[in-house]
This record gives sequence, structure tokens and C-alpha cells, in this order.
Amino acid sequence: MTDDTLRSALVDYALRLGDTSLVLGHRLSEWCGHAPELEEDLALANMALDLVGHARMWLAFAGETEGKGRDEDRLAYHRDGFDYRNHLLVEQPNRDFGHTIARQFLHDAWSVGLYERLASSANPEVAGIAAKAVKEVRYHLRHSGEWVVRLGDGTEKSRAIMADAFDRLSRYTDEMFEADGVERTLTAAGIAPDPEELRAGWEARVDAVLAEATLSRPAIHGRQTGGRSGRHTEHLGHLLAEMQFLQRAYPGATW
Amino acid sequence: MARNEWPLYEVFIRPKNGLSHKHVGSLHAADARMAVENARDVYTRRGEGVSLWVVPSAAITASEPGEKESFFDPADDKIYRHPTFYTIPEDVKNI
Repeated sequence: MTDDTLRSALVDYALRLGDTSLVLGHRLSEWCGHAPELEEDLALANMALDLVGHARMWLAFAGETEGKGRDEDRLAYHRDGFDYRNHLLVEQPNRDFGHTIARQFLHDAWSVGLYERLASSANPEVAGIAAKAVKEVRYHLRHSGEWVVRLGDGTEKSRAIMADAFDRLSRYTDEMFEADGVERTLTAAGIAPDPEELRAGWEARVDAVLAEATLSRPAIHGRQTGGRSGRHTEHLGHLLAEMQFLQRAYPGATW
Repeated sequence: MARNEWPLYEVFIRPKNGLSHKHVGSLHAADARMAVENARDVYTRRGEGVSLWVVPSAAITASEPGEKESFFDPADDKIYRHPTFYTIPEDVKNI
């Protein structure tokens, strides 16, 4: 394996993680001022900020590793949808609070397992980012998991919304466990875990909470993937249009 | 669940080990567990504490504003209850 192969895989991997955090963070920020309770408004905004913070670390790392002078802002604000490498799951629209929570929970149950593994990565920078992020995503999982239980084991209406949300979103979850040359290169170098190895832990975390919520993990029909290589659903473009507007209209603007 | 059904909780934070919990405010939550999480998100965003307590506001029994005179005024003219009222003999050490 050449240094260039490894470097290129690291850049792609960091972009995938950074973009996934950034897009989910932006989705959560859309709740700001609109959440069902003031306290929950703050909780969602806190999680959004955590995720944007993780995105900053990953994108800055990707830019430095790439060595072509792109910093985190350049990567976040000046790439088009087909250059984004996030999971399809996180770009799905908020719809309602139940769908937002279901999406968050499915993601959190994955990111906790991933960051726990990455914390002992052979790459010290990857390990450092993961060690910082894992404390925050553990709290996210606790928070989203509690809401899944409250809403799933709640009223008839809230239960129906959660069942519908998991039904809609499950088709996007397989993507989290996919591997291509990027992951295989990093797995061989001891830098990242084989994504498939994260599946059992994810299923256990998801199933335990869903059981308490009187729900069950729906069968996946119409499995969707492609975000990791830039093939996105129609929702990402709208999100980027809003998120990138200011830097596109006024490049380099600061305040 | 209608939002007005969520009870009020009082939030106490211990800023660091060795100090006592201090009242910082209140919030709404469906139950105590959610109240702890909400308190974390509302009141500890800037490193305010190392420990949180939440107490249902309804569980607090307070003194009555109308009883203020009989409760608190009598202490005003009993300055001998303050340690500074007493002069300490010069021979007494370690105070």
C-alpha cells in the first residue's frame, strides 16, 4: 500500500464522517425555535452544535491530510451535493419530532459503536477526534433513545408516528455498514474498523430500546445507499442551498 | 400529552466538589429523568457544574410572604448572635 493510497483513503473517510455529522447537525439546527418544548429546543440545538463540532474536526483533518489548501469552511461551503459523502439517512427531512428522533437514534446507535472503536485507531489524530466525540454521542444516544421509548410507548398517535418513522428510515441504515476500497484500506492499516463489525452492536442497541418502546426493527424494503459516493436523495440539494447560501453569495464573508 | 401537564422542577447544581448544590432555576419536564436531561441541556452548557439535582417544585414547602415579619424581623435586633459581637481576648489563639 502506497502512502498516496492511504492518504487518499483517509481524506475520503474523514469527509464521509465529517459530512455525515455536518448534514445531521444542520438538520437538527432547523428545529431551532420550533421544537415542541423550550427545553427540547435547547437539547436539539446542543446536539446540533456537537455534531457541527465533530464535522469541523473531521473536515479540518481531511483538508490537512489532503494538503491542497482546503480548510473546513472551504469543504463545508464550497462543495456541491455530488461531492458530499454523508449517509443518506442523515439528509432525510425532519418531517416531525418523531421522525427527527428516530433518525437521530438510528444514527447515534451507529456513531457510538464507531467512535468507541476509532478511539483506539492506529492514527493518533483519528483516535483523538473519536475520543472527544464519543462522550458527546453517548449522550445523544441516551437522549434520542429516551425519546424513542417515550413516544413509542406513549399514546396511540405517538406510537404510530414512531412506527412509521422507523419504517421509512430503515431503508437507509444498511449504508452505515458498507465498505469499499476506502474502508478496506483503513481497516488493513488498523486505522478504522470494518464497518460490518459494527452491525451486531448497532442492532443490539437499537433492538433493546425498540423493545422498551414496544416497537420492533422493521424489515428493510427498498434498501437505499449511495451517499458515501455522492449519489444522494433529492433532499440534500435543498439543505445545501440553505446552508451554503451566505458563503456562496459572499465568498469569504466573516462576522 | 398537553404541554401544560408537564410539571415544574427546581434545578440545583454543585459547581465543584466540596461545595453544596445551589439553586439555579426551574424547568418543565414529563418526569424526573427527563428533568435531569433538560437541566443538563439548559443549565450546564458552559461548564457550570459537576452534579445536578432536580426536585419537583410541588415538593417544596416554602415560608409564607405574610409571615415575613414574625419569621425574620426578630433576628434583626439580636446582634449578639453574630460572632463579631464578641471581642476575643488577646491570649486566645487559633480563632
